[in-house]
Amino acid sequence: MNEMHSVILIAVMAIVTLLLRALPFIVFGGGRPTPACITYLSSVLPYAIMGMLVVYCLKDVRITTAPHGLPELIAGGTVVGLHIWKKNTLLSIVTGTVVYMLLVQLIFA
Amino acid sequence: MTIKYAFKQSLPIMAGYIVLGIGFGILLKSKGYGVIWAFFMSLFIFAGSMQYVGVNLLAGGASIITTALMTIMVNARHLFYGVSMLERYKDTKPYKPYLIFGFTDETYSLVCSGDVPAGVDRNKYFFLLTMFNQCYWIIGGVAGNLIGSLITFNTAGIEFSMTSLFLVVFTEQWMSTKDHTSAIIGVVTSAACLLIFGSDNFLIPAMIGITIILIVLGEWRKRKGRKK
Repeated sequence: MNEMHSVILIAVMAIVTLLLRALPFIVFGGGRPTPACITYLSSVLPYAIMGMLVVYCLKDVRITTAPHGLPELIAGGTVVGLHIWKKNTLLSIVTGTVVYMLLVQLIFA
Repeated sequence: MTIKYAFKQSLPIMAGYIVLGIGFGILLKSKGYGVIWAFFMSLFIFAGSMQYVGVNLLAGGASIITTALMTIMVNARHLFYGVSMLERYKDTKPYKPYLIFGFTDETYSLVCSGDVPAGVDRNKYFFLLTMFNQCYWIIGGVAGNLIGSLITFNTAGIEFSMTSLFLVVFTEQWMSTKDHTSAIIGVVTSAACLLIFGSDNFLIPAMIGITIILIVLGEWRKRKGRKK
């Protein structure tokens, strides 16, 4: 581990993240009305981006080779089903993660 | 009154952040980074999914360019969150800089969920909410890192906590609206880009594709609405 390089990478992550968070306020914050296109995008994009992030998490799953994405399918199904049923964020996340860990460590190991 | 209300509202986040933070702390420890690293990453970056991804970047000794690009891709949604928060965060001085720095998916869901009751200072409430959430996140990361060095158990698969988090938010969003067009466009476009560009290069085309499709669809619906 190169400590100096790690410090630099953390600084890069922190600064870029802050810039992304601040940019809309810098660009559109001057009291001028926000363009209609931007307002529209901000209302629909969060739904699409969350779908994209789910796909991002599952990007390295290989359906064609064993275990054919089964651990992800079972654990993911558990998360969604449990969440529709109980609507408890913590319960859904912990259960899903534990189910997944058990699957990859014991059953599909 | 405001403090009490902010704390009460932040409770659902507390559990989630501490658990996710612990996951991050353990992951970081498993790559050889101790508690100081966990503390400062959670203090300065304060972005859940990015810190999970960041563990891999640190451990793999990624380049500055790769790290910057990855951060842009993973956190680009903040651009859009920011746009939708312009109005709400308009008159929040002197808390505004911290509110903008500490903005997360979870804070978003709380800040967007309705008005504050009478007697609660709205700006102070936003500030405390953000601060409580960051405290939970730091506590979780530090605790996880310490636990990670005390006990050694097989952590294989713990990264699924990130998938679970996004699935939960996706499910919540799905149930909160009748119009699922945007959610479906997000999944289908990303999956298509994944097949075409491969797992290392699909995020940027997916983001561009999603934005274009949503804009075209919006224009088309607007025109259709006018004809009627």
